[in-house]
Amino acid sequence: MPFTNEDFTVIDSIINRYPRKRSAIMPLLHFAQARDGYVTNESIETIAEKLDLETAEVIAVVSFYTQYKREPVGEYHVGVCINTLCAVMGGDAIYEGLKEHLGIENNCATKDGKVSLERIECNAACDYAPVVMANWEFYDNQTVQSAKDLVDAIRSGNPPAPTRGPDKLPTWRENSAVLAGISDGRAGEGVSAGEPSLLGLKLSKEGK
Amino acid sequence: MSKLTPVLSANWDEKDSFTIAGYKRNGGYKAIEKALAMEPDAVIQSVKDSGLRGRGGAGFPTGMKWGFIPQGDNKEHYFVVNADESEPGTCKDTPLMMANPHVLIEGIIIGSYAIRANHAFIYIRGEVAHVIRRVQQAIEDAYKAGYLGKNILGKGFDLELILHVGAGAYICGEETALLDSLEGFRGQPRLRPPFPAIAGLYARPTIVNNVETVASVPSIIANGPEWFAAIGTEKSKGYTLYSLSGHVNNPGQFEAPLGITLRELLELAGGIRNGHKLKFWTPGGSSTPLFTDAHLDTPLDYEGVSAAGSMLGTKALQIFDETTCIVRAVLRWTEFYKHESCGKCTPCREGTWWLVQILKDLEHGKGTAEDLDKLLDLCDNIMGRSFCALADGAASPIISSIRYFKDEYLQHLAIGGCPFDSVASTIFATSPAGGAK
Repeated sequence: MPFTNEDFTVIDSIINRYPRKRSAIMPLLHFAQARDGYVTNESIETIAEKLDLETAEVIAVVSFYTQYKREPVGEYHVGVCINTLCAVMGGDAIYEGLKEHLGIENNCATKDGKVSLERIECNAACDYAPVVMANWEFYDNQTVQSAKDLVDAIRSGNPPAPTRGPDKLPTWRENSAVLAGISDGRAGEGVSAGEPSLLGLKLSKEGK
Repeated sequence: MSKLTPVLSANWDEKDSFTIAGYKRNGGYKAIEKALAMEPDAVIQSVKDSGLRGRGGAGFPTGMKWGFIPQGDNKEHYFVVNADESEPGTCKDTPLMMANPHVLIEGIIIGSYAIRANHAFIYIRGEVAHVIRRVQQAIEDAYKAGYLGKNILGKGFDLELILHVGAGAYICGEETALLDSLEGFRGQPRLRPPFPAIAGLYARPTIVNNVETVASVPSIIANGPEWFAAIGTEKSKGYTLYSLSGHVNNPGQFEAPLGITLRELLELAGGIRNGHKLKFWTPGGSSTPLFTDAHLDTPLDYEGVSAAGSMLGTKALQIFDETTCIVRAVLRWTEFYKHESCGKCTPCREGTWWLVQILKDLEHGKGTAEDLDKLLDLCDNIMGRSFCALADGAASPIISSIRYFKDEYLQHLAIGGCPFDSVASTIFATSPAGGAK
């Protein structure tokens, strides 16, 4: 799909954020994923041209960061934290359960293109372990069953809202735009904080 | 009286705590009025006097760092916030930015003014979409309110603040790798010196501070450095966020004076999950050497934790009970370091690969007792032999686990496998002993 004038307007606005244009490479790659779902060869060529780089220099950046995908992922990309704490608390069982339930391997998508699965590292929500992410939104305190229910609901077109996030789970491409710095106007949705985040505050108010 | 001192988290239970209105209702954006009426050097002096030290792991005195920025050099200066929270176990900056992004922005304005920077960046990890939304919205609202942009509060100070979103690389939490990433390269650490204060972003004088560090600054300016210095211990001043996770009844965030102990924090967290007992824990993320139940009364401040052989790090207290296999835990952390090694330095790139192979064998009861010596020898050849501290972090859980749990490693060899039932350690386990909640 060729880049449109509208795409180039977004690209230029991203480049203009920075004092030096090469700094725009990461948000441009997020934007590329918002456009196509993954980083295409065409995107790499366009970004290289806009930033006066060789395509090899862009590819070097793409291949360094795990969030950039060179192949399509699911419309809903599900990450299971398998770093030590989540793994021990149930993340390993959740990952194995989802793998079997969906019939796919790590970094693969279901045939209908709805769900892909990834073993992810610590996602900074350890007090909500075990943690599952969908399109980088938090699903806290998961069990094997709740994670299976989540992917089933996603596949039937009715995913539940994230635990701490917007009212409705955005698609992979929608959230890639958020990562590129393009606002979706949904910052006001969802809770300020979950229960574990508030525990110390609550106890201090009780004088403990 | 409560042992806790919520400052950063004081308004998190309000529905609109993340909005500019919610922040201002609780006294927000008052500190910049005070700071912008001071000389920049006086702001740096206040932060020095407060005793604030970095909350991202290293614990370097913040005011001293700011003082390293050369002044009158006719170069652009940059203020960069490290919001790439990725150290395993660390989960404080993420809820902070989700619930109260404006306190971070106010701290950035004060810090940038102090070091004479007109450009600031927040480098946030890419895997936290809703936090990104909240911070982005907060920046937009701060611009609209005249706290960012040209001639802030009519004081002639200009500041542009840019949110930069990472893409899944733990190493970008290392400050020089972060700067390379922000410049548009692969995020690989740089050799120091020169330090970022002399040659940082675009080779210009740059401050890189952790989210919690920067967010602590408005309270110091608003209440005075003496107020802050009166909290905590002699050399570790102030309050901080302790994050308890794992096998406790009530995990969560606890904002307390530096120097509180795990025994006190466990009491607040409802203790180790019922029917179980503490086995090992990390004081400040997986890169800090492990502690055991012998360290329940170690003061959790910079000096106390160091004296006991570990590091305060990010105050990420990951708690594991007796159902957890130490070899499995350490293997998994080691796989993480292998995965996240940027590949620049040979000892780290190759060493973490070998560590994983040996630990995998040990977890499956293969290998020999000599492999433990080999692990320690490898760690000795990895630690201190790479550009950054990732390699040192990789060695920490291995060395400390062999120190405290050598018998458990040997037990794997004796029975030819792992003696633990991994189901028993899950949160949804139902064991005769009581299990998780």
